[in-house]
Amino acid sequence: MKIIEVIQNVLEANETIANQNQQLLDRHKVFAINIMSAPGAGKTSLILQTLTRLKGRLNIAVIEGDVASTVDAEKVQSETKAVVQINTRNMPESCSLMAAMIESALKDMPLGNIDLLLIENVGNLICPSEFILGEHKRVVISSLPEGDDKATKYPLIFIDADAVIINKMDFLPHVDFDIAAFRRSIEGLNPKVEVFQLSCKTSEGIERWCSWVLEQVETNAAKL
Amino acid sequence: MHELGVTENIVNIASAKAGEAQASKVIQINLVIGEMSGFVPDCIQFYFDSLSKDTIAQGAVLHFELVPTQLRCRNCSTIFQPQDTLWSCPKCRGQSVEISKGRELYIESMEVE
Repeated sequence: MKIIEVIQNVLEANETIANQNQQLLDRHKVFAINIMSAPGAGKTSLILQTLTRLKGRLNIAVIEGDVASTVDAEKVQSETKAVVQINTRNMPESCSLMAAMIESALKDMPLGNIDLLLIENVGNLICPSEFILGEHKRVVISSLPEGDDKATKYPLIFIDADAVIINKMDFLPHVDFDIAAFRRSIEGLNPKVEVFQLSCKTSEGIERWCSWVLEQVETNAAKL
Repeated sequence: MHELGVTENIVNIASAKAGEAQASKVIQINLVIGEMSGFVPDCIQFYFDSLSKDTIAQGAVLHFELVPTQLRCRNCSTIFQPQDTLWSCPKCRGQSVEISKGRELYIESMEVE
């Protein structure tokens, strides 16, 4: 019997594909955002708002990740023609998108005509934090009805986020959500995070989010 | 719930490394897994038993070394293990912390023959 030293990250296979995805996106000057949240926090609503506001200025494509159904793809179809639905039900991971799923979705996209790719991950605050996809920015949505303790309960997804969106601000009079305490908890874990308070229902705060997205897309394109 | 793909990677890495070492059998795979990583050793073992069938890694024992979460206070640099879910620094009570250990998931070594 002998012992061999290995020291190899088990997630390396996913990370290799994610890096290839990002290189492919960069070659075509496509900026990708991975949007993550618990089910029902407003990922699809945020995508719809972003499509509506930015559609005259950017060509936007969408990848929808869900365990089953094409409900979300149908919702965004009226705003963009470039939409791919991924169903994860029969895949090795049903609880999160993985880099290999994005790799095959990108084959069906007219990358030369796209400036911004919005990737809606599977609704889950745990599994998507383990898998990078090749995105340029990671965005997490937390909505008021979920409660203000989510960063304490699911720290990893907030630690790796570039931006956190506090959605459903119109619920504030009806729920006991301490905005200051929530912001302290995410900024404690992640001092560089951008925080947006908005409501996809009333459109309050959407303007600032869209300006940030536009700025990120332009900054990235200028670098390439 | 997301251990299947990860276990496939473990079987692939173990088979490749055993092949390189011209081994005929993998006896044990030593994995290091952080407490904060969302992976459950029992689930990995369950998938491993079926995914490793008819490979050089069939029948190998998986040994998990669990790494407890270790945090570093950004304010006073104290390194500590969190005692509760609030993660505040025991020295200065600061809540700005970073994870220094506990997110690992790697194969450290293997015993082969």
